[in-house]
Amino acid sequence: MDGRTNLVTLKRRTPLAVLLLTPLAVSACSGGSAEAGFEPEPDALQVYSSQHRNVTEAWAEAFTEETGIPTQVREGQDSSMGQMIVEEGDASPADVFLTENSPAMTVVERAGLLAPVDDVTLGQVRDGMAPSSGDWTAIAARSTVLVYNTELITEAELPTSIMDLADPAWDGRWAAAPGGADFQAIVAGMLADQGEEATGAWLSALAENAEVYQNNIATMNAVSAGEVPVGIMYHYYWYRDQAGDREGSADTALHYFGNEDPGAFVSLSGGGVLASSDMPDEAQRFLAYVTSPAGQQVLVDSGSMEYAVGRDVASDPALPPVAELGAPPVDPFTLDADEVVSLMTDAGIL
Amino acid sequence: MRASSSGRGVALAATLVAGVTLLPLVVVLGDALGAGDAAARFLLRPRVGMLLGHTAALVAVTVPAAVVLGTLAAWLVERTALPGAALWRTLLLAPLAVPAFVSAYAWVSVAPSMTGFAGSALVTTLAYFPFVFLPAAAMLRVLDPGDEEAARSLGLSPAAAMRRTVLPRLRPALTGGALLVGLHLLAEYGVLEMMRFQTFTTAVMQQYAIGFSDVSGSLLASVLLVLCLLMLTAEVVARGRRRVSRIGPGAQRPSTPVPLGAWTVPAVVLLLVVVVLAVGVPVATVVRWLVAGRTELGALAGDVAPVVVSTVGLAVLGALATLVAALPAAWLLSRRRTVASLLLERATFVASALPGVVVGLALVTLSVRWAPGIYQTLGLLVVGYAIGFIPRSMVALRAGLAASPTELSDAARSLGLRGPSRLVRVVLPLAAPSVLAGLVLVALAVGTELTATLLLAPTGVDTLALAFWRAAAELDYAGAAPYAAAMIALSAPATLLLRRQIVVAR
Repeated sequence: MDGRTNLVTLKRRTPLAVLLLTPLAVSACSGGSAEAGFEPEPDALQVYSSQHRNVTEAWAEAFTEETGIPTQVREGQDSSMGQMIVEEGDASPADVFLTENSPAMTVVERAGLLAPVDDVTLGQVRDGMAPSSGDWTAIAARSTVLVYNTELITEAELPTSIMDLADPAWDGRWAAAPGGADFQAIVAGMLADQGEEATGAWLSALAENAEVYQNNIATMNAVSAGEVPVGIMYHYYWYRDQAGDREGSADTALHYFGNEDPGAFVSLSGGGVLASSDMPDEAQRFLAYVTSPAGQQVLVDSGSMEYAVGRDVASDPALPPVAELGAPPVDPFTLDADEVVSLMTDAGIL
Repeated sequence: MRASSSGRGVALAATLVAGVTLLPLVVVLGDALGAGDAAARFLLRPRVGMLLGHTAALVAVTVPAAVVLGTLAAWLVERTALPGAALWRTLLLAPLAVPAFVSAYAWVSVAPSMTGFAGSALVTTLAYFPFVFLPAAAMLRVLDPGDEEAARSLGLSPAAAMRRTVLPRLRPALTGGALLVGLHLLAEYGVLEMMRFQTFTTAVMQQYAIGFSDVSGSLLASVLLVLCLLMLTAEVVARGRRRVSRIGPGAQRPSTPVPLGAWTVPAVVLLLVVVVLAVGVPVATVVRWLVAGRTELGALAGDVAPVVVSTVGLAVLGALATLVAALPAAWLLSRRRTVASLLLERATFVASALPGVVVGLALVTLSVRWAPGIYQTLGLLVVGYAIGFIPRSMVALRAGLAASPTELSDAARSLGLRGPSRLVRVVLPLAAPSVLAGLVLVALAVGTELTATLLLAPTGVDTLALAFWRAAAELDYAGAAPYAAAMIALSAPATLLLRRQIVVAR
């Protein structure tokens, strides 16, 4: 009886023992390996990025290859990462911040946490691609488009303005992903162009009439699958899918509003150097590299299909030239993200 | 009974743990109270009513569904002549190996139209019913049939005998399981986001994705806290005060399996359908993606391996830390059920109803301001996991400690065993299966955690869940598949360990 009890107890404890020993084994295995290790690399340039992972990594790797300066990327999302940097304040470990859309960068800029960008860097991007403060610079750009299902709707039936989607005739027939920073930037552009009243009314219509999806890609897939005839999104997801297996956009085409319509808004991805950086020179070099012809070519070659913003760097040939998009005359550096949030809250979207 | 010095130490430890788990609440409520009049304007909106309706509807459907399904399955497996009971026991725990958001992703790709409430309720029920099945099966298996037979011999019908002898014993297992399901529903994000069903938690996530002030997010999270308190109170009431440990003379014997007769086929079909829907669909879908994307597999293996290592490491550390954190309150409560000890235990449940992003941001705020040294360290991340997942450990520990009643400890004491050796030689052997179950449940949760990890992890740490979500958000099925497969493969042995909790319980 006694022996049996001990055996059972032993058996019961074996998995426990295994579990208890695992962390030791894990730490022993991972010793020294940067990827599997838990320690940050304090000597590496800390890049906080809410840009797409593949683009950020391509830039970081190419930069390290060119300069020998190691980098470490921390991933996040536009708004929460911007908020995080503000929270961290002067103690922020970040040296460089890269965003998908400009409002997140504006938040950090207004908190006074950005250092002026080197003139060389500012000289590498096209005119109008950096705020007059010179505190950050565009690193890429994307255009708002209307994706439509070619089986469900003809080009002639499409709205001439993004504002027309508020019409009750479009009830249940358009898709959007209002829960993300991408959409917020579009609404910020609309607010600057059309004013508070028109934007508020449009958002109320969205809350009533639109089919809501998780993000741009889910919107595009839903349109392609025929769940809804048209959807608002950024251009590059569509071109990426078309260049790939076309599975998510097979039955779709893009409609550019043009004509300085708020639906032709071009959103800028931003890059900035933190004033609190303990590697300010390296951080400036990083931003200089990203905006240089070589860095912009990395963006183009990454297949992300975003627009390059560097002087004399051609974006992917599949894209219509950014100058011909007919973007609205909106100053991308004064977009009011807070006002957008309160309008979206009033409309019952948030 | 006077509190011994070790008792005071335990009480102090439990208080400390409760205090730490309440930290995120302090931040959230501070933000919410700071909003003043705007708070009422923000909360008294039709949209908040809609979110409340959605959240309540999901809880109202999924919790009872999971309890009924889990209990029925446990009874079929443990108390009837079901063919292949041992196999079913394993298969019915297998859903725990499939992260709920992987399951949702699979369902969305198989049946794109099945979104919204129906899809959310289906996937969450299938993913969470094992939380009820596990404790119910463990309890049914060890239950001495003697009482039930005595009740029958005194003239009660089989149903009445079951109601009056079996159900009271099952109550802690059922209410504990139901509470876990409910708390998970409050904090569920991945499934609902994919199913396009908006609840408070998805709305909180939206606030953080889009808003630059976290006041609105904190206001929504405050509503979640109120819902959580309601749930905790309901569970205390439903659990009742009766003791369920058995101290009787003589050995107990296994119960006689109830013959199913003509019900055999329907019972097998029911369990088969449950297993196919909960495990078959997601696993087959992941395999299909793997096969479709096989050209990239070789290259991906190099990417996946380091992520596997860091995920397993985090899961083990998180599970151990959570167990240690849960032990004092669980111990206190099993020895002295006072209002104070109950409050200490319940307090640790409250923060777990908060979405990971809220806990994460609160810890970011607190550590940046007051303890910059621990910001973005592994330690802080593990604290975040402990805050989020302590109920999993607590529920398992309480069941385990209930199996080793005070009387046994007292007897050991009278035989001269000192405190620590009593713990090792009397309490732990009886509680070991439950302790192990608690560890495994937390490890599974940590391995699939998304939002707190994203905010708190040291820079450079990647996990399977993060990698999966990254690919899944871009609907990159082939890219997501290896990470989903790795999560399932790693979780499978863990659920086999859970199975031992039922089997060894005898």
